[in-house]
Amino acid sequence: MSKVANIQDYRSSQDDPGSRRYGTFSYLPEMAADRMRKQIEHMVAKGWNPAIEHVEPSRSADNYWYMWKLPMFGERDIDRVLAEIEECRKAWPNHLIRLIGYDNYAQSQGASMVVRRPGA
Amino acid sequence: MSGKNYSAGVKAYRETYWEPDYPVKDTDLLACFKVVPQEGVDPEEAAAAVAAESSTGTWTTVWTDLLTDLEYYKGRAYRIEPVPGQDGAYFAFVAYPLDLFEEGSVVNVITSIAGNVFGFKAVRSLRLEDIRFPVAYVTTCGGPPHGIQVERDIMDKYGRAMLGCTIKPKLGLSAKNYGRAVYECLRGGLDFTKDDENVNSQPFMRWRQRFDFVAEAVHKAAAETGEKKGHYLNVTAPTVEEMFKRAEHAKSLDMPIIMHDYLTAGFTANTSLANWCRENGMLLHIHRALHAVLDRNPNHGIHFRVLAKMLRLSGGDHLHSGTVVGKLEGDREATLGWIDLMREKFVPENRERGIFFDQDWGHMPGLFPVASGGIHVWHMPALVSIFGDDAVFQFGGGTLGHPWGNAAGAAANRVALEACTEARNAGRDVEREGKDILTAAAKHSPELGAAMETWKEIKFEFDTVDKLAAG
Repeated sequence: MSKVANIQDYRSSQDDPGSRRYGTFSYLPEMAADRMRKQIEHMVAKGWNPAIEHVEPSRSADNYWYMWKLPMFGERDIDRVLAEIEECRKAWPNHLIRLIGYDNYAQSQGASMVVRRPGA
Repeated sequence: MSGKNYSAGVKAYRETYWEPDYPVKDTDLLACFKVVPQEGVDPEEAAAAVAAESSTGTWTTVWTDLLTDLEYYKGRAYRIEPVPGQDGAYFAFVAYPLDLFEEGSVVNVITSIAGNVFGFKAVRSLRLEDIRFPVAYVTTCGGPPHGIQVERDIMDKYGRAMLGCTIKPKLGLSAKNYGRAVYECLRGGLDFTKDDENVNSQPFMRWRQRFDFVAEAVHKAAAETGEKKGHYLNVTAPTVEEMFKRAEHAKSLDMPIIMHDYLTAGFTANTSLANWCRENGMLLHIHRALHAVLDRNPNHGIHFRVLAKMLRLSGGDHLHSGTVVGKLEGDREATLGWIDLMREKFVPENRERGIFFDQDWGHMPGLFPVASGGIHVWHMPALVSIFGDDAVFQFGGGTLGHPWGNAAGAAANRVALEACTEARNAGRDVEREGKDILTAAAKHSPELGAAMETWKEIKFEFDTVDKLAAG
């Protein structure tokens, strides 16, 4: 009996936009609001500043995505952040949306995750 | 220095080099040695002998001593402590004035402090446990070419540890087949793949063909996944001229990272390569072949925390650190101590972790510890918990040994990492709840499920040889 029948093909290709990934948590299912809420709580507890960015799926590899307004400096209200993500989604329904937690002490992003993947 | 006469002969070292009241200066380089003196040699004399032989002293008085200011230039033993739980062994603390060391030269520091003194007859064994580099010295060294924060920006990886894999079998693959293994790992979700340390430029795979095929694999996987990818191209070579030739070729192929073995190739080569990397925007991964020869014997040699500090000064953006949980030696608390020394700006004295001195790194960037060796998906919860995000986890067999191949193995590791990272952020105890977290994640990832099934029985539980002194 051939063992190859038991092997599952790893499906991805350059022509298939569905093969693209977008950084941290893009190998997990898209986040619903309850999972997002916990990640925002974590950011806020760390003292990081939430920020939202969005981009056309075809330009996801760019370093600079479009900023949604400005980073929410000092924002501690989780619902406010969730509402901004929703507002951004309404304005840009076909764009990828990324949530960032800026760590100004490390001068880096303590967290960064794609929270909306249209067509995913 | 008037009023001193020359008197030939042999003096006890302690007369000149034992100064228990010495007030340590902020600019002094401090060292802690574990000394086991020979029978009949008291600990003060042994400590003084170590201070003398690693600084200005020799076995007999010489007239030229009187032509200099020995009081200024000598190293001094200033403290002795018995090693807890080990009769006849002592921690000897020695202070060296800054002027004894050439600026920016870890070569000069290690040649002085870990030179002839290690063969000295008055001590049965000697181990360099820790060095406090004064900030005044740290600022003369180049350090990591880029450091953690810059590498995250270059590679566009945030909020999680990075994932790597050493391509196996380590020896014997052709360049084209090797590139295939790289491509499969990277398209499956790893950030990096790695040359094994002994892959240099052997007859079965010359470096140029390896670099060329690997470059295509890296670019293709990046285009397919939309994520930044890299492969640590090993530029360790028989000569520095050859090393730079290989580094230049990696740059011409638009590769983001190269690698080097800093102990076997030497600190001079490593420091030059780190400078080249800084000049050329190339990340530098550092492997540590030879380290266990130097650091594993608990009574003789150089502790890895010292070798790690030397590397941070000489330059590297990654350094292998041990895994705690895999197939290679490494006590958990001691490992946490030296990964702090790689990453943090300031590391306070902490005997629980084997750290004998405060270490202030000034402005010098930190580097990524790399956990590699015998790890697989079941270790992921512990790795996330021990190392946090600023680390690279490298699964060699744990990627390539997946029953469906490298891409599936890579995806399994990536899913496991992301699931554990998400759970940790959500406040869960990932080490205790690891099994539940991975099992839930596997519901959406058959690749992870297959990996969990493949490696469910593998453990590496042996006692560590080098334990921290119970204190």
